[in-house]
Amino acid sequence: MTSPTLAQHVLAQAEDPGIVDETGPILDWGFAAEIFPEMLMAFLKVTLVVTVVGTIIAAALGLIIAIMIMVLPRPLAWIVRWAANFIRMTPIVVQLLFLFWSFLWLDPMVIGVIVFGVHYATYMSEVYRAGIESVPQGQWEATTALSMSAVRTWRRVIIPQALRSTVPALGNYAISMFKDTPFLFVISVPEMVTVAQTIGAQTFRYNEAITIAGLIFLAASYPTALLISRLEKRLAYAN
Amino acid sequence: MPTPTEQPSPTPAATAAAETPVIEFQDVEKRFGDNVVLKDLDFTVGRGERVTLIGPSGSGKTTILRLVMTLEELTDGYIFVDGEPLTHEERDGRRVPVSKKHQKNLRTRIGMVFQQFNLFPNMTVLENIIEAPIHVLGRSKEEAVAKAHDLLEQVGLSDKADAHPTSLSGGQQQRVAIARALAMDPEILLLDEVTSALDPEVVGEVLNILRRVAETTDVTMLIVTHEMSFARDVSHKVMMFDGGHVVESGPPEKIFSEPDHDRTKAFLGAVLRDT
Repeated sequence: MTSPTLAQHVLAQAEDPGIVDETGPILDWGFAAEIFPEMLMAFLKVTLVVTVVGTIIAAALGLIIAIMIMVLPRPLAWIVRWAANFIRMTPIVVQLLFLFWSFLWLDPMVIGVIVFGVHYATYMSEVYRAGIESVPQGQWEATTALSMSAVRTWRRVIIPQALRSTVPALGNYAISMFKDTPFLFVISVPEMVTVAQTIGAQTFRYNEAITIAGLIFLAASYPTALLISRLEKRLAYAN
Repeated sequence: MPTPTEQPSPTPAATAAAETPVIEFQDVEKRFGDNVVLKDLDFTVGRGERVTLIGPSGSGKTTILRLVMTLEELTDGYIFVDGEPLTHEERDGRRVPVSKKHQKNLRTRIGMVFQQFNLFPNMTVLENIIEAPIHVLGRSKEEAVAKAHDLLEQVGLSDKADAHPTSLSGGQQQRVAIARALAMDPEILLLDEVTSALDPEVVGEVLNILRRVAETTDVTMLIVTHEMSFARDVSHKVMMFDGGHVVESGPPEKIFSEPDHDRTKAFLGAVLRDT
């Protein structure tokens, strides 16, 4: 005979009708409406800001990384590639904690924006790389035949054509980043899920707060995904 | 002593010998790994001369154009453009690469039209044509646009300036590509199988435009084509290639009517039977 495992214990509790009596209905919509404004504010002031600024950093830095790996001399390019791999292969939570404890004087939200921006830049650089490689060889040859400078070649020919195929993947990474923002709780940034958790702890009504957090996430990601697919189609027709 | 560039020559054959050749190949070798594509290749092209390279596929004709355009690096030997080394020069008995700046300066004198057009799909037709004249040659926008419209008229596409290349037919795209190359006022125009990717019914219109360019300008042309009647009409010289070597070369009347070599006869027999 072994003692009951934790799972068995929890299952036994759940079957006990008493637990429902103690906590009332699973969702109290009145209470949900009451806490909604506070959560929406947390969403707008933290989650959305970190996502938007983080995405801008990631999109710009990702492109810079991709181009550096392609144009820098071999040893330097190798170092950039290695650094990008290192960042990509370590968990975002570890990076958040490391920078948080290393730079205690920095606003945790700034740390959050930097970590999300740089972490996702390493993913986006791979998307850009694939996009750049998808530009036909003949385009490069035409720029050589016209003696175009390297800067003009990248700016006017290669990047515009590479971006066309990367928009959907970049958009999906932006949505991923958005859904990773709850990790900010580890460095005590008051983003929406942290606020939900706090409300739960204070009122012992977790379901309402967590459900609203999920719905707000859904309400923001779904239209964004639609927007990306519309943009993708627009770009395809323009070509 | 007048420099050659100051004297356009109406009859290239007569003056070519006296001038510095526009293109000179010296012991050129090109290998891809173990595969030797060109070996010990020597030839010159005079100012205003139009030379067509013919021969079976894989004989290295296209590679020659790509070497002149610096799209490929030669593995040995030297190429001179206007008497200046294009990729490498001999210094203290050693073969050393020329500076990037020097190469770029020479390269602006060379234009190329590709089999696959290679227009920039993210730009309009006009933008394709004015990009390099403005940003490479430093011309004013007004000047570049005026010249672009002029060239578009010459290739019969005046109404397509604001169109995107992808909305054009293959023949139209190739005409734009010709206009784009000419907008740079090249001394040398490289034509790499410019009609091979086109529908048969539009080949004629593209070739007619090139015939007119040949008649009305003194641009030096190096041509790779399978269109033998075009080669006969526009070339001063035809070079027959096989296995990376020049089998024979001479005026088109000679090569097409009474070639010396059996290899040339066999090749022309096969090609002309097709057309």
